[in-house]
Amino acid sequence: MENLGIVFALTGAALAALMAGIGSAIGVGMAGEAAAGVVTEDPNKFGKVLILQLLPGTQGIYGLLIAFITLSQIGILGGSADISVAKGLLYLAACLPMAFVGLWSARRQARAAVSGIQLVAKRPDQMGKSMIFAAMVETYAILALLISILSITGIAGLNI
Amino acid sequence: MAEQYTYAVSRIHAREMDLLTGADMEQLLQCSDFREAMRYLAGKGYGNGEEYSDTELMLKDETDKMWSLISELIPDSRPFETLLRQTDFHNLKAAIKAVYTSENAEDYFMGGGSVEPDLILEAVKLNKYGALPDFLADAAAQATESFMKTGDGQECDICIDRACLETILKEGKESGVEIIKDYAELLAALTDIKIAVRSALTGKNKAFARRAMADCNSIDADALSDAASKNIGEVYKYLEHTDYRDAAEALKVSMSEFEKWSDNRIMELIKTQKSNPFTIAPVFAYILGKQSEIKAVRIVLSGKKDDLDTELVRERIRDLYV
Repeated sequence: MENLGIVFALTGAALAALMAGIGSAIGVGMAGEAAAGVVTEDPNKFGKVLILQLLPGTQGIYGLLIAFITLSQIGILGGSADISVAKGLLYLAACLPMAFVGLWSARRQARAAVSGIQLVAKRPDQMGKSMIFAAMVETYAILALLISILSITGIAGLNI
Repeated sequence: MAEQYTYAVSRIHAREMDLLTGADMEQLLQCSDFREAMRYLAGKGYGNGEEYSDTELMLKDETDKMWSLISELIPDSRPFETLLRQTDFHNLKAAIKAVYTSENAEDYFMGGGSVEPDLILEAVKLNKYGALPDFLADAAAQATESFMKTGDGQECDICIDRACLETILKEGKESGVEIIKDYAELLAALTDIKIAVRSALTGKNKAFARRAMADCNSIDADALSDAASKNIGEVYKYLEHTDYRDAAEALKVSMSEFEKWSDNRIMELIKTQKSNPFTIAPVFAYILGKQSEIKAVRIVLSGKKDDLDTELVRERIRDLYV
């Protein structure tokens, strides 16, 4: 029972990497399909649509970052892995913002990116605006990343 | 899942850039003669890169090119077959008249349907409709029986036209795609209005008009056929209380003005799909948009061939998709 702390903490790290990664994989894949459709008709637009395709990929990186920080905090990557159940649950909770917001925002950002890619197909001069529309969704992934980082780094100092 | 058409829709939106715009149509109108108009269209990518002298051949190649793109993007053509039903039912009419009168059916058959005209002709000749798809088999059996009993071509036509509209409405509902459903509803309503006007102008009774009309949600076929049995003014009065009140204004000008208004109304419906990034709807709208463009090109080329006044031709051109 006393080992459950590390189990909960590791579950949190895994969820952050897993869910944000799944969201990004779906998002980049979807935007890739749209980009391929546009490039089939006009190969010169490859550079422009590639940038838009990559935008939903950032959530996967954020998830990886949260998982990495958690692993180093709980001693999986070296040091003592002696974590109380309460702390383990706190680490799990701290990872959840990135896990859930990562999954959902990557999918929604992909839809905005697909629309942006189709906008670029018709109006290549509107590339900047189409990037802004998709990038707006990124705000919420960054907010979740920030909360997860602050929570994870703050848990270490708690005496529970 | 809406996202399964992402590649197809993105390619279609990119292709929309190749559709003729109002400015392109204006330039086509300004061509000095038929040959120059054909050269202008060849420059816009019409046809297969050959030098055409036959308008219909060029437009057929352009239509085939469009369907070839659609089948490459979405191999399951079922959602788009609703657009082929009018051709299928037209060919059924031609086949029945060819078998039961001395007319030569091949002169009236239209290409581009979902069922081969020869298959329809063979079924009608044998009076066995098992080889035909269900939607056509039932209508064929009914129309043939009606024609054999009464010998009245008009009764046969209204039986087939109504079956056509009912098939389109049914397929629209079953497709689960909002734009196909709305298109079917609009097409049925506009056809019902056309039937009402023709019935009123030719003094047909209510039963005739009602038999010809399909039941749709935006028109009360009972009330419209009742109005049609009275006079044309009653039809206009009925339309005032529907979504089609502008139709009365167009009808007061002429039937061809109403047909132009109808085509523009369909165009207004599908134009919403130009900015839809997902679902099959933008592909469906592109097909309708391309068909409408081909129709407009045919009008201009016919005008050029017959040396008609440019202004007269311009008046007949419908709104374009882009």
